[in-house]
Amino acid sequence: MNALIPLPVILPILGAALCVIAARSRTVQRVLSLAVLTTNVVVSVILLIRVDDDGIGVTQAGGWRAPLGITLVVDRLAAVMLVVSSLMLLSVLIYAIGQREEEARFAAFNPVYLVLAAGVSASFITGDLFNLFVAFEMMLVASYVLLTLGGRPGQVRSGMSYVVISLIASTFFITALALIYAATGTVNMAQLSERIPELPSGVQVGFSLLLILVFGIKAGVFPLFFWLPDSYPTAPGAITAVFAGLLTKVGVYAIIRSQTLLFPPDAQQGTVLLVIAGFTMVVGVLGALAQDDLRRMLSFHIVSHIGYMIFGLALFTIAGIAAAVFYVVHHIVVKTALFLVAGLVEHRAGSDRLSRVGGLVRSAPMIAVLFAFPALSIAGLPPFSGFVGKFGLVSAGIDSTDWVIVAVSLLVSLLTMYVMGRIWSDVFWGEPEDPEVVEWMETDASRVPWLMTSATAAVVVMSLLLMVFAGPLYSYAERTAAELLHPEIYVESVLGEGS
Amino acid sequence: MTVLLAFAAAFLFATGTWLLLQRRLSRILIGIGLVGHGSNILLLTSGGPSGVAPIIGSAPAVDFSDPLPQALALTSIVITFGVTAFLLALGYRSWRITHDDVVEDDVEDRFIARRRSEDHIVSDTEDAARAQAAEEDRL
Repeated sequence: MNALIPLPVILPILGAALCVIAARSRTVQRVLSLAVLTTNVVVSVILLIRVDDDGIGVTQAGGWRAPLGITLVVDRLAAVMLVVSSLMLLSVLIYAIGQREEEARFAAFNPVYLVLAAGVSASFITGDLFNLFVAFEMMLVASYVLLTLGGRPGQVRSGMSYVVISLIASTFFITALALIYAATGTVNMAQLSERIPELPSGVQVGFSLLLILVFGIKAGVFPLFFWLPDSYPTAPGAITAVFAGLLTKVGVYAIIRSQTLLFPPDAQQGTVLLVIAGFTMVVGVLGALAQDDLRRMLSFHIVSHIGYMIFGLALFTIAGIAAAVFYVVHHIVVKTALFLVAGLVEHRAGSDRLSRVGGLVRSAPMIAVLFAFPALSIAGLPPFSGFVGKFGLVSAGIDSTDWVIVAVSLLVSLLTMYVMGRIWSDVFWGEPEDPEVVEWMETDASRVPWLMTSATAAVVVMSLLLMVFAGPLYSYAERTAAELLHPEIYVESVLGEGS
Repeated sequence: MTVLLAFAAAFLFATGTWLLLQRRLSRILIGIGLVGHGSNILLLTSGGPSGVAPIIGSAPAVDFSDPLPQALALTSIVITFGVTAFLLALGYRSWRITHDDVVEDDVEDRFIARRRSEDHIVSDTEDAARAQAAEEDRL
């Protein structure tokens, strides 16, 4: 099994290189990218099954022993993130091919997209804090290019603030790495897990907060989220879906990983994270309420739901972290689905402004159906997966007697329902309010290609499968949480043979 | 030596932060460069006091300087270099579009704020209102 571990990173990088060579032929590029991402899905699923049965898989690139070499680790959390992210990357690529816009116009799309895939996978499987930085950069540089593909004025403007804020976060990360190395003499996460508890408690808390700051910028938590609703909506349609689904969740993953693995319980920032979570939820959903642009509304909404994941982590109990892990998986799938639907709406109506579009339930009933399921799920209505996740979070919160955050999360849940209701009544009910939209919808160009619809439908079906298999998935999340709260298992697996 | 490097890092961080808070992209770029150098110097000093080049056999191992932070700093220099080049290209593109290197406000954000204060704008003048919002912010 261990030979499989580097594949989710190596394959996309190789694929990207081949795609650059095959820049002249879009067909070859498509076959390559689809083949690579499909293989990634298969490899990730195998890894997930093996890790769940046999425990953490470790491989040392180049054969150097643990603290020296490049350590790659797949535990339950990394495995489930790999599976979900590879499924989303594949579906969105199919959608982008169907859309015939950026993917068809730019030879750079496929290679850069594969680099993004490699960066996302590398962030999940790296066992080394410095390589986490490198993986982040790989992912971010790819995202800079994808965000500004086309170079329209709006993209350039928001691209600049996105690049600058990401660079500042990276600088903070380097600073944190320097300080951590100076204090401990290692950047291997397993070794850090052994050495950080020996440091003075003030230093531990400092590192903990510094890493929360670094990953919080990437995850888009309050008050560091301001770049997110500004930049995401300007990206090409399919790309926004992948950013919304995956990139912020990589930040959340890094927060979960660093807090549980690196720091002993008394340096874990439970209270700080709870406060951040509360504000993130409220500010995100209130921001979403004010918007008029569908994708902007959904972008603010991501921020709000990042709060739920942080809330689950902040409890530092098995129930809380299990709920957070389940929520991350649910949110990646459902949010990607919603953004893909937003792309369909824009294609069909020629605009994604709530004030212009209307009556899609009659003119495009399929899009309405595809929107309804993920919208109900994200609002947390039973029996959808959002309900399972929120129920888990709320009951974990009640067990830990953190009443304030429980109340906030329930209130935000209601507001989410209102946001989704507003989208439904403005976009799908009523009549189109703009003559241009009416005119556009009668042209042939407004017909949605079947590939886009089927890719969206596939993601919506996946979100429904999360509901059907919520039981097994939830018990997997509980096993993940148990593993995360016992970092010695991770340390043992990585350093075991050597020490 | 380490004290000197620490002061150098502090100076770079301070000036870099000041430049980052400016409105012009060219200054932000220089600021990012300075802050990046500051953090690289910090990374370099994290390896402890300097020693001889770490080549096995050339000197006793205790005299070696720690090679890992140097490798890390090198990696991070390369990454910063690449991203800065990208940002320069983006800045050039932006200059070609607006003939200015001021980082603009989020137009939609301004528009939403304005819409709330003016209560209601009829839908066919929305684009005009949005363009006006953008224009006023630029002034």
